[in-house]
Amino acid sequence: MLLSASSLSFIAIVVIIGTLVIESSIFFGHVSFIEFITGTEWTVLFEPKKFGVQPLVVATAITSLIALTVAIPVGLATAIYLSEYAGPTVRRIVKSTIELLAGIPTVVYGYFALYFISPNLLMPLIEGLGVHSALAVGLTIGVLIIPIVASLSEDAMYSVPEDFRLAAYSLGARKMDVVFKVVLPAALSGIFASIILAFTRAMGETMIAAIAGGFRVFYSFDPREAMQTMTSFIAQVATGDAPHGTVEYQSIFAVGLLLFFVTMVFNVIALLIVRRWQIRY
Amino acid sequence: MADTLLAERVLERKDTRKKILDKLAPIILSTAVFLAISAVAALLITVVTQGWSRLSLNLILEYPSANPARAGMRSAFLGSLWTVGLSALISVPLGIAAGLYLAEWARWKPFRRFVEFNMANLAGVPSIIFGLVGLSLLTYGLGWGRSIIAGAFTLGIMTLPLVTVAAAEAVKTIPEALKQGAYALGATKLQVTRHIILPNSLPMMMTGAILAISRAIGEAAPILVISGLLFIRQDPTSVFDRFTVMPLQIYNWVSRPQVAFQELSSAAIIVLLLLLMALNATAIAIRYRYQKRLVL
Repeated sequence: MLLSASSLSFIAIVVIIGTLVIESSIFFGHVSFIEFITGTEWTVLFEPKKFGVQPLVVATAITSLIALTVAIPVGLATAIYLSEYAGPTVRRIVKSTIELLAGIPTVVYGYFALYFISPNLLMPLIEGLGVHSALAVGLTIGVLIIPIVASLSEDAMYSVPEDFRLAAYSLGARKMDVVFKVVLPAALSGIFASIILAFTRAMGETMIAAIAGGFRVFYSFDPREAMQTMTSFIAQVATGDAPHGTVEYQSIFAVGLLLFFVTMVFNVIALLIVRRWQIRY
Repeated sequence: MADTLLAERVLERKDTRKKILDKLAPIILSTAVFLAISAVAALLITVVTQGWSRLSLNLILEYPSANPARAGMRSAFLGSLWTVGLSALISVPLGIAAGLYLAEWARWKPFRRFVEFNMANLAGVPSIIFGLVGLSLLTYGLGWGRSIIAGAFTLGIMTLPLVTVAAAEAVKTIPEALKQGAYALGATKLQVTRHIILPNSLPMMMTGAILAISRAIGEAAPILVISGLLFIRQDPTSVFDRFTVMPLQIYNWVSRPQVAFQELSSAAIIVLLLLLMALNATAIAIRYRYQKRLVL
């Protein structure tokens, strides 16, 4: 009985893949796979219907990359500070604040993007920027994933043994050299893994994209534009209550399968990095 | 010779630039920490200043309405309680069983690693994907419709890895001596599990369970896919009723242009955050209360 309970995770993965593949195969009965992957027009919800998924993929990539450019420096710096510089009290306070950040529901972040980041931070800075923009989505997702980068990287650095630091000090190294040339390289695999996990989290984030990104499909590489991501398309169709069995309904599974496949590949890479290069000190 | 080298390379080195950088590093790094913390502060301040005036008990007693002055989220509040409560009935027992097995019974290492690998993978799947699978399998496949039980099952499976990992960690904290003592008295493995491991690790397991529940309460995307965005003006009476949850009610209000609805959504967010804080405080209290008992 316990065995079957622990096998559930495996069964769940198989069921997820199976469901997405079966539902998508109905979609690909209507639409050619080549058109889906290479097309640059996505007009599923109105005539004439076009099924090129690239605008959604590009929007997801842009928002996720913006999120990483926020989360990597802030998250890593926080991790380094907590692991190497902060005293125990500061460490405890900052860690619990960051855990607080991690526990806030994503719909609240969507609200934050729409009513704070967009009007108070971005619109005064950038002329002509609308309320909805890929930039606002990306920045907010960036805040959302800071805790992932910070806490996983901090774990990795904190577990580098004290001997390494003492050895470097005894050779006359300054604190900065110890931190950046000894501890950071030793923790690199964990840091990489944290960044990849944060990236997949950013790609899968739905509510921020649905609230602050708008529902306009727009094939553009300009982050100032409002554009719809893969997740927010699924959310839009779900909101509209698309009838079961229509092409609109099936299309969300094809987009979902693509999203699942991409995040899965990145997650497996992260897990393999941790397993392969994790040095047991 | 060695002395002069040491003096030259280390003690009397004239790398002023590096010296300054070395002093500056913690200041620059703490700026990042400050940024992260000010993000939390900005978020909370925005929510509280916008929603404070609209906060009242009516928010959870009244049904949603087109008139923002009278609107509440009673149906969403009850929908959340039903859905999340039911999802905990699924994820907590299953997660504890799986965690127990992983930490105590699974002796064959490759299998354990395989399960851990799958758990980590499952935890990395975007939540909206769970919604899609729930929609296809439960709503249409099993004919449960866009119902509370379909949502609850989806959330339950989604939060399963959280409970499992916490349970496995809890089992690992039990001192080996305690178990060996029981075995020495002739206890069977099942007896040790039931009378030694389970009672002693239960508080920590509950902490994990509460964290999973917090996660489920805040989750909007999978429920959106399963239930759609609904206007519901009645209390749930059965698990097969259509439903909505608090994050979705907030989403609905956030996406409306009128300022009154913006205030309403802020107030609803305050309620949601208070609920989450209460849950977290309970988890911390449980951890604190039972922490010292296990020192052997």
